[in-house]
Amino acid sequence: MNKFKVQAMKEGSAKAAFTFTALVSILAVALICIFLLANGIPGMAKIGVWDFLSGEKWKPGQEIFGILPFILGSIYVTAGALVAGVPAGLLTALYLSRFASRKAAKLLRPAVQLLAGIPSVVYGFFGLVVLVPLVREGFGGTGSSLLTASVLLGMMILPTIITVAESALNAVPASYYEGALALGATHERSVFHVIFPAAKSGVMAGIILGIGRAIGEATAVMMVAGNRTSMPKGLLKGVRTLTSNIVIEMGYATDLHREALIATAVVLFVFILLINVLTGILKRRSD
Amino acid sequence: MRAKIQARLYRTAVYAGTAFSVGVLLLIVGYILIKGIPHLSPELFAWKYNSSNVSMMPAIINTLLMTLLSLLVCVPLGIGAAIWLTEYAPRGSKLVKLVRMTAETLSGIPSIIYGLFGSLFFVVALKMGLSLLSGALTLSIMVLPTIMRTTEEALLAVPDSYREGSFGLGAGRLRTTFKVVLPSAVPGILSGVILAIGRIVGETAALIYTAGTVAKVPGSLLDSTRTLAVHMYTISTEGLYIGQSYATAVVLLGMVLLINSLSAFIAKKVGHSTAGKQEEKHP
Repeated sequence: MNKFKVQAMKEGSAKAAFTFTALVSILAVALICIFLLANGIPGMAKIGVWDFLSGEKWKPGQEIFGILPFILGSIYVTAGALVAGVPAGLLTALYLSRFASRKAAKLLRPAVQLLAGIPSVVYGFFGLVVLVPLVREGFGGTGSSLLTASVLLGMMILPTIITVAESALNAVPASYYEGALALGATHERSVFHVIFPAAKSGVMAGIILGIGRAIGEATAVMMVAGNRTSMPKGLLKGVRTLTSNIVIEMGYATDLHREALIATAVVLFVFILLINVLTGILKRRSD
Repeated sequence: MRAKIQARLYRTAVYAGTAFSVGVLLLIVGYILIKGIPHLSPELFAWKYNSSNVSMMPAIINTLLMTLLSLLVCVPLGIGAAIWLTEYAPRGSKLVKLVRMTAETLSGIPSIIYGLFGSLFFVVALKMGLSLLSGALTLSIMVLPTIMRTTEEALLAVPDSYREGSFGLGAGRLRTTFKVVLPSAVPGILSGVILAIGRIVGETAALIYTAGTVAKVPGSLLDSTRTLAVHMYTISTEGLYIGQSYATAVVLLGMVLLINSLSAFIAKKVGHSTAGKQEEKHP
């Protein structure tokens, strides 16, 4: 009898322990929200929410905190990254899924994984020593610019887009392809006009994941974007993103300045949550 | 005729896109290796860092410490959560949905937000200061969803007949989980751990304001330390040590290559073991 009691206690405490570990992720999200909001909202309120979000000037010395330049910076850089990375990413996914021989795919997949594994600081350094001089010599200016950051980020989101889009393409039933062939379409036409549209939601989910990665990237972007605090003025001019604003100034910021930086993170967090919701919707649709 | 031209066009586009992706990889890896390897010198691996040798040795040791410490926290938590999700949780319960949703949210949060949260929570609120411990705890939250997801997948891949067999022999849920389910899921779990290691090794933004940038091997958990990626970030943005930055990039790339081949090796093993199981089923 006693043995059974011990057994039951063991089972019970194990269950409690596992339940606790499962609750950790809920706790973590709650803590992140609480700490960001508690430290960011008061600052935002002091500055004035509208002034903060739509202010075109960021001058911590004069207590002027407007993050519109950084919001635009983040959006432009991300859009640029999509222009640079999405076409190549999708075409590579198409190749891997429908064109590559077994051998070629076997070589290419680890290569994509390697691309995903390269640390962002190495990407940033590569941008600093290769892309920045290239842009400077090719187009003039300092080379640290919106264009450079977009190209670099485009490279960085390639593996995300390739992996997600490929699995979406692979999930399209074979009957679609066979049906298209039976109607007389070439292999290429079936792939582009039947399989690709059928995988649309999965492909979109990949692109949105890529957006998330691009908008959240800090280190690499900061090393090549020039980081001017003024409004973005052109492809070849420096920009600062929400992420780089935090990394650059957090080290020495105090008081309201510090709160303004945390409020910047709150804005970034809201962007990311919106992206998460979008991915969730798309995922449900593709299932 | 038109169909032929169109087909050729599409095919060319696919090849060009793929060539671009491969080109990007070759360019980055090739450039870093070719420029970096000549800069690898013995003094870069001296035991102590100073501004003339810019040694990366302390940073390498710190990276190992940081990785171990983070894994020590997040692996038990991640595996435990996955066990709860697959073995214990009532199907379709609200809590399961909430856990899944928050884990997904965590995996989408950018590393700089983790860094900021870590500095507000661990460094300031819990008074751990800029330290190995603050950094490791921040990173363990960051990689928790990776471990949870891969472990869950691995556990789900274990056939229910294993569990039923174990229950049938009179084992309880706990025993079944540890003696039957977990062992068959080990390769899958390992691949998740390796993914997590890759993220920890490459992380910078989450560490700058949690673990700091001191280039020494920490004397205690509460000392500030810089990992190799942070080391590289610091020396490459200072602009004085371009050669050393190249060399550090080579070492970082080497680590990533090692981590990737390890995970490929394990993935291969997983493939073999499931193939083996199928053979057992149909002798």
